[in-house]
Amino acid sequence: MDGTIKPTAAVAVGGARLRMTAEAIVIPLASVCAAAVLFSLFLLFLGKSPGQFFALIWQGGFGSSFSIQNTLQRSSPIILTALAFAVPAIIGLTMIGAEGALVLGGFAAAVTALPLIAIGLPAGLTLPLVAVAAMTMGAGLIMIVGWLRHARSVNETISSLLLTYIAIATMSFFVEGLLRDPGSANKPSTTPIGKDYMVGNIPGTDVHWGFVAGLVLAVALWVLMARTTFGFAARVTGGNPRAAKAQGLPVGGLILACSAISGACAGLAGFFEVTAIHGQANASLVAGYGFAGILVSFLARHNPLAIVPIAILFGAIEASGGLIQRRMGLPDATSALLQGLIFVLLLASDTLHGRLAIFREKEAR
Amino acid sequence: MLSPEVLTVLIAMLGGAIRVSTPYLFVALGETLTEKSGRINLGLEGNLVLGAMMAYAVSFHSGQPWLGVLAACGAGLFLGLLHGVICSLPRVNDIAVGIALMSFGTGASFFFGKPYIQPQAPRLEGLALGEWSSNPALKQALQINPLFFLGIAIAVFLWWALANTRPGLILRMTGDSEASARAMGVNPVRVRILATVAGGGLAGIGGAFLSLSYPGSWNEGLSSGQGLMAVALVIFARWNPLRCVWAALLFGAAGAIGPALQSVGISQGYYFFNAAPYILTLFIMIASARAGLAAQSAPGELSIVK
Repeated sequence: MDGTIKPTAAVAVGGARLRMTAEAIVIPLASVCAAAVLFSLFLLFLGKSPGQFFALIWQGGFGSSFSIQNTLQRSSPIILTALAFAVPAIIGLTMIGAEGALVLGGFAAAVTALPLIAIGLPAGLTLPLVAVAAMTMGAGLIMIVGWLRHARSVNETISSLLLTYIAIATMSFFVEGLLRDPGSANKPSTTPIGKDYMVGNIPGTDVHWGFVAGLVLAVALWVLMARTTFGFAARVTGGNPRAAKAQGLPVGGLILACSAISGACAGLAGFFEVTAIHGQANASLVAGYGFAGILVSFLARHNPLAIVPIAILFGAIEASGGLIQRRMGLPDATSALLQGLIFVLLLASDTLHGRLAIFREKEAR
Repeated sequence: MLSPEVLTVLIAMLGGAIRVSTPYLFVALGETLTEKSGRINLGLEGNLVLGAMMAYAVSFHSGQPWLGVLAACGAGLFLGLLHGVICSLPRVNDIAVGIALMSFGTGASFFFGKPYIQPQAPRLEGLALGEWSSNPALKQALQINPLFFLGIAIAVFLWWALANTRPGLILRMTGDSEASARAMGVNPVRVRILATVAGGGLAGIGGAFLSLSYPGSWNEGLSSGQGLMAVALVIFARWNPLRCVWAALLFGAAGAIGPALQSVGISQGYYFFNAAPYILTLFIMIASARAGLAAQSAPGELSIVK
């Protein structure tokens, strides 16, 4: 340490701010490039053409209006689960329960929809009610984690992981027992909500409304966390909880509020998985979106706005998987391998932040 | 006397618990070793799946299942090395790296494992310890895989070595207080890397059990998240290798209740039992956090108990 106080994001001005922004963009980009180079070497080793590979990713992810829509569709749940990780991360909590909140939210959506449909409520009324149920369920799950952290000092990372497993087991318990649709022979599921009650696509596209919900929430949560008193209090708490308490900030309330927002985002992702994709709750809800969201949020440095493009990038890699499999004869796990490599290198590149001379403030003389 | 149905369920549970618990045992021991050094590896699921794939592939090509176990251990060591080195860089988050390596490890195993989904590899045969019995169910339940005994041997060895050897002392000291380790001239970074590597290797062996013994084939849905639960198991076992054995058996028994009940025709409702160990672990965490127990048995440098 050289004794000078370095500007932080909150107080950086002028040139310093520009340098920090440049650093926040250049280092991640460089590590994505490094991942691409490593993967190219790997492909050459297998006797495949890296050029063709990356051309196919572009083509399968963004090359046509169909592939763009496919990409956006796949990125929707990841945007929401990444937001579910980012908000508690800003207040200093590492909550990895988005997978559980998604599953429980989707399950709640499928279950509450059925009686509402049975009494003949129109879709326009049913779906908002069902969405609220899904978000409440997700929020409730993560609020348990937040409350345990604040009131009982139970580590939030582990308790959220445990609750994820409890949530999945709870859904399986009902889906394979009481609430099982007798018609679902091979894959136990709840009764389908039916085509009339599905959330449709954005007019003129094949992308469901979950993408719009993700965009709106990303902007809203960015405003909330970066531009309001609530967000300021949350960031102070994240920086130093004891100082926040000493300043009279309602730390417990802030933690519960952030947990609720987190769970609601993941629950909403579950709502769209059920009402826009599957039409019923079953084991397909456990697709790892919750864990993908954690990594996307880390790569976005927990900035709600930055989450959107990164989630879209990963959606594109996934969307192009089929094309790569057909054209190059590579296994469908190729995209998972590339994603994993990018994740690992990007996280490792965190160590470079603040240590590269060109991004550093000129020392005061 | 017990009714025959109850007896059947109990015997099936005994055998099931031993089978299901073996991978739990290895990931729990690996995680204990890593966490004792003051670091957490959330990515053992990746080691488990990559180990399973490597074991199956090597066993298929060589015809030697034990060579497969070695290869699985090697794959686990490799992922552990990646985790250990990356997490030693300053400002890198160990939880995120664990999750990233989990997706890298599973991605790599699905990529390279594609050609091995169809063929049959030689399996690791169990030791027939039930020959004395005339009950066929008991005979089958006592068909115990040698890896289970290897796991118990490693547990006993770790328990002894942590308490009685110099490396064990250095490991515990690094995990409890980085400052004292430095004062004693120990390089904490090196200790943690070694502990993560060794822990990763153990988790890899757990994967070999999945593909070579039970369920005993390689496919992409082989692991049902046993590796992810390592962290819960270790808390349950309170960082004690011997208690890891009991924790693994308990988690295994909970997982074996379903199939055991199915054998007498009950096929519903057992999902509650699958959740039971997690609920129990959560309650243990809540109770010990209040009583300050965590401070007594958990390594002091561990981020998750601070």
